[in-house]
Amino acid sequence: MKQFWKSMLKSPSGVIGLVILVLAISVAVFGPMLFPNSPWRMVQRPFLPPFTLSTVPLGTDALGRDVFAGMIFGARVSLLVGLVSTLVALIVGMPIGAVAGYFGGRVDDALMRFTEFFQTIPSFALAIVLVAILQPSIYSIVTSIALVSWPPVARLVRGEVLSLRTREYVQAAVVTGQSHTWIILREILPNALSPVIVLASLMVATAILLESSLSFLGLGDPNLISWGYMVGAGRTVIRQAWWITVFPGVAILISVLGLNLIGEGLNDALNPRLSREGR
Amino acid sequence: MPKRVLLGLLLACGLTAPTLAQEPKTGGVVNAVIQPEPPGLMLALVQNGPTQMVSGNIFEGLLRYSPKLEPQPELAESWSVSEDAKTYTFKLRKGVTWHDGKPFTAADVLFSVEMLKQTHARARNNLAQVDKVEAPDDYTVVFTLKQPFGPFLGIFEVGSMPMVPKHLYEGTDFKTNPYNNAPVGTGPFMFREWQKGSYIRLVKNPNYHEKGKPYLDEIYWQIIPDAAARSVAYETGKVDVLPGGSVENFDVPRLSKLKDTCVTGAGWEFFSPLAWLWLNNRQGPLADKRVRQAIMFAIDRDFAKDVIWNGLGKVATGPSASTIKYYTDDVPKYAYDPAKAKALLKEAGYKGEKIRLLPLAYGETWQRWGEAVKQNLMDVGINIETIATDVAGGNQKIGDWDYDIAFTYLYQYGDPALGVGRNYVSSAIAKGQVFNNVEGYSNPEIDKLFADGAIATPDSKRKEIYEKAQKILVEDVPVAWMLELQFPTIMRCKVKNLITTGIGVNDGFKDAWLDK
Repeated sequence: MKQFWKSMLKSPSGVIGLVILVLAISVAVFGPMLFPNSPWRMVQRPFLPPFTLSTVPLGTDALGRDVFAGMIFGARVSLLVGLVSTLVALIVGMPIGAVAGYFGGRVDDALMRFTEFFQTIPSFALAIVLVAILQPSIYSIVTSIALVSWPPVARLVRGEVLSLRTREYVQAAVVTGQSHTWIILREILPNALSPVIVLASLMVATAILLESSLSFLGLGDPNLISWGYMVGAGRTVIRQAWWITVFPGVAILISVLGLNLIGEGLNDALNPRLSREGR
Repeated sequence: MPKRVLLGLLLACGLTAPTLAQEPKTGGVVNAVIQPEPPGLMLALVQNGPTQMVSGNIFEGLLRYSPKLEPQPELAESWSVSEDAKTYTFKLRKGVTWHDGKPFTAADVLFSVEMLKQTHARARNNLAQVDKVEAPDDYTVVFTLKQPFGPFLGIFEVGSMPMVPKHLYEGTDFKTNPYNNAPVGTGPFMFREWQKGSYIRLVKNPNYHEKGKPYLDEIYWQIIPDAAARSVAYETGKVDVLPGGSVENFDVPRLSKLKDTCVTGAGWEFFSPLAWLWLNNRQGPLADKRVRQAIMFAIDRDFAKDVIWNGLGKVATGPSASTIKYYTDDVPKYAYDPAKAKALLKEAGYKGEKIRLLPLAYGETWQRWGEAVKQNLMDVGINIETIATDVAGGNQKIGDWDYDIAFTYLYQYGDPALGVGRNYVSSAIAKGQVFNNVEGYSNPEIDKLFADGAIATPDSKRKEIYEKAQKILVEDVPVAWMLELQFPTIMRCKVKNLITTGIGVNDGFKDAWLDK
């Protein structure tokens, strides 16, 4: 563990990513405490440019709502959707991949064909359809993002398990008569975890982008403000008021960038042999 | 004496106004946006807004209506009403021909009435009081009513009762008649071609019955599906006229400021779209009148007008738009007053039950309006959950009464008997349909007032009845009236005289001319 943090902190991208993530999370957690008012409240005159009033530092949108407050509350929705949907995707994808890789044969075939069924449909199109059918709400959005993002997890885990199950220590466990569940959970998965963690960090970023795209298209939860919604709502007035779209857009950019940097840092830290120094 | 001075002033205005106006010039082509692409152009079969906007220039009705909704001659050059208000005699204009050269006569009117009864739901309803229609000669038509029907002279507008050529439609299957795709009317413009998804082209009718008109040579109705692209098309000069509702509201101020651009909200007096929130009177907290009144007090309607509609329109005072006959503002008032709303909610014992709000899926403006209203209601403590739907899904929910609050807007057609009553009388409660009394408001007194009002004579009696009905309705708040909408028409200033009637662009190209 100490080794992990050491190499994580040694990679500059990992550090930058971590800083961004910690900042974003603290904004999402503590920000709304500083803004007791709903971000939907009309507080000032509409289309107020940024940096003119200290009470609304980033200006107001088409209805006079505080862009800064919207970004703070939006962070909460974006990060929550990103983390929860990734978690759900992992919970679905890991067992499928592990079982397929471990048992092989027909089980593998069946599970992988099932996975490919999802992979052949463009994920964003599928997400749109799912949200439209289920009616837009935070639950349907998380569900649909999770549903379109688990197949890569399953494929990755399967590949790792396939190579691990031929290792001697696994065979030793089989010989000593351990149950399959025990072997998968205790012997194989822990060793397959590092690439999954790297993938997960990138999946959070993808999920944030997916949620933003859905909200941009007007398929967000109408009761919650999110960055994608703000960009979508401001898009049509971009010629009159650039700030309504630019600030939340930058927020999406920075948080997705941060998560990608973390992914890179994790990759370096968890696979020392693959890291640049080793090469 | 003062009376005479006033009369003199009026006369002076009336006399000087035309001489001040410029002399119309002939010639020129106008490009206008039509949004969305109409499903068809045969006005007797299809009554969508865009159909009427194009076909109102191809077809004509017996009458036209001024912005004050006074009847004006069109195919009928004069009309008279009998003493008992049951017989209406129309004298038709002579020398009118269809676009194919055949003369227009009283036989066409009789045929149109019969055909519209089969194909045009609103016309059928409007003609319900008609006992018989007769043509004593080729240029006279007599409508005999079962009983006096006050708004009768209001049903002859081109969209409500277009005149159809008998010689092309008689004995055919109306729905599959080939002339539906190349309509033949008596109007100032003739149909020439329709490139689906691109444009509809109308050309001048050289034999039009009003000498010298129309002034324009051609009209191109451009079909541009994307709202932003429509704005750009105007900016780049591809189109000259953006009829009401064809660009998003937030683009209106920007486009209005462009050089040589004129904007007007006129031309919607006959339709007078009125926006309101349907409140489901049947169930939950909204069954309590005080909660409904609280909603009226809680919503900042001036904000909606100034910010969301860019100052266009007017805050509604009740069930009638101010342009509708017998409108009165002598009704209970609901100014923006959150404190009063809170007090009323408390009195009604509202405990934060969840209330569902359905915005109207008609684009950005309505989306923003839904958000603003939700915030207004949340601010006074009403627990609102917004339900996102598309247009069809929303209609279905509303028709099935599966909603609490829902946005809508409806046309009013000039007279309370034609456009207002249908939303409040209990006979108009019909599950599965929208645009009737979906709120489930039922009040025998209102039922009686609207029933009496439709057939009462003289006018002063109707006025009394409808004013009373408005007072009762505004007190009861069956729905929460928001705004009298105005759909601004944006056009180049060189397009003159486009909007001269109560339906504006919908029959306006007859008088329009280009100042080159």
